[in-house]
Amino acid sequence: MSLPDTTALAAPLVALRGVGKIFAGGTRALAGLDLDIRPGEFVSLLGPSGCGKSTALRIIAGLSEPSEGAVAWPSAAGRGDKSRLGFVFQEPTLMPWASVFNNVKLPLDLQHVPAATVADRVDAALDRVGLTEFHHAFPRELSGGMRMRASIARALVTEPQLLLMDEPFAALDEITRFRLNDDLLQMWRSLRTTIVFVTHSVFESVYLSSRIVVMAARPGRAFTELTFDPPSGRDQEYRTSAVYAENCRRTSQALAHAMAAGGEP
Amino acid sequence: MSDAPPAHSGEGGNPTRAGERKSAPPLSRGRAELRVLLPNTPMQGRRERALRIALPIIVLAIGLLLWEAVVRVSNVPPYVLPGPGRILQTLVADWSLLGRSLLVTLVTTLEGFLLAAVGGVGLAVLFNQSRLVEYSLYPYAVILQVTPVVAIAPLLLIYLPQQAAVLACAWIVAFFPVLANTTLGLNSVDRNLSDLFSLYGASRGQKLWRLKLPSALPYILGGLRIAGGLSLIGAVVAEIAAGSAGAGSGLAYRIAESGYRLNIPRMFAALLLLSVAGVVIFYVLSLINYLALRRWHESALGADR
Repeated sequence: MSLPDTTALAAPLVALRGVGKIFAGGTRALAGLDLDIRPGEFVSLLGPSGCGKSTALRIIAGLSEPSEGAVAWPSAAGRGDKSRLGFVFQEPTLMPWASVFNNVKLPLDLQHVPAATVADRVDAALDRVGLTEFHHAFPRELSGGMRMRASIARALVTEPQLLLMDEPFAALDEITRFRLNDDLLQMWRSLRTTIVFVTHSVFESVYLSSRIVVMAARPGRAFTELTFDPPSGRDQEYRTSAVYAENCRRTSQALAHAMAAGGEP
Repeated sequence: MSDAPPAHSGEGGNPTRAGERKSAPPLSRGRAELRVLLPNTPMQGRRERALRIALPIIVLAIGLLLWEAVVRVSNVPPYVLPGPGRILQTLVADWSLLGRSLLVTLVTTLEGFLLAAVGGVGLAVLFNQSRLVEYSLYPYAVILQVTPVVAIAPLLLIYLPQQAAVLACAWIVAFFPVLANTTLGLNSVDRNLSDLFSLYGASRGQKLWRLKLPSALPYILGGLRIAGGLSLIGAVVAEIAAGSAGAGSGLAYRIAESGYRLNIPRMFAALLLLSVAGVVIFYVLSLINYLALRRWHESALGADR
């Protein structure tokens, strides 16, 4: 079902080979997952709950060790260089006792970045997500969407090569989600970063991604892949276009097949 | 996700509105009750606050007047039950003695409290950093806590100099709530935040200082609020246990001594000072709690959203 991949020739940023994960309780979350993430891609992992998409993301991030298989970082410094990773959780996951500024500054503090450049970098990250005026505010004082923006700013402040996002907009209302989708695409284009985005929304994944990996459950595995034209012209118009509708239809179909293959939950 | 469904549920799905149309009287009564519980205008909020301050004072005044009246009318001698007026007189007359004793007890309480704070938080951090230490020592912390301090105090007085024994009692009673609360707080860290720290390669020290301790702060402050009152109790228990044998001159010692001398008004005066000291300690710690948490923690936020 996949179209010719334009970035197929570039060396992958990260490559998963036969990755499996068995939790301590004996539950098998992933089995034989092969996945290449190439520089500049916007890859969505799409699938029903229990298909291991979040587990795969955590394994890429190094937050969880695979039980089987290997994760390789062929290009550049590799995973040892933690500053090249950004992670956005489903919840904003901000420190409630710290201002927005200090929350965004956290990754730089933890990596002992010299103080001279820190303030400028934090300001730039806040500016990028449109929170400049709120840098003194505490997370409690912000709306859900603004908290998520702060969380994204924190992930971007280290200028990561790879941004991992675990259903970041799932808890937000639709209007906020659409705006953040657009803003995220704009950041992706201007920063030329690579994004792996976990979602269970067909519409969101089609809107954002250059490639969708549809996953099936029991055991969690990659079921099929769909590749779309580079999402350069994605805007409100695209959201209502026939192309978008067709892409959503194809993706929904693939997801339905994947769910049938995974059995009923 | 159109606007229609919420509007619909707002009309039909709200039972109080439906009830308003059918039967007005019960609902209006319900609203009045609600208003007492949740003041929704600034004026009502002020009246609420005024009542909260005024009512206990009125109750106190009535109680004191009744007490004074009973003592005067039935001519109770002061060595049986002194009236409030007599107690106040004694407080003023004996102030040089009682004031000095108050200071002694307060200093002991403060020292015990500080030791409990440092010891409780310190032990909790130690337990959190090393499971082996926790397994080795935690049972003894519990034993120290569950054994009544009144029973330990005489032994401590045999082996320690009196001032040290009193301090040790204050510490024993007060440190456990700090330890237990801090342990709970250190274990209540948001798991995603903890992952985030790992992702950026945070050291153990960074995790402790920047993540665990701030997360635990509301719990620590809650423990300290309990410990403040308890260290006063510990100090008093030890002073009483030391009794006339000791050279101490704390407020509890004054109470015991006045008891032997049947100086009942002075007993009451010393007791009054102890209560006031306890209340002041509680409110000072509550204020610190509020100032530290008001910007971010649910417990210290106002009703306004």
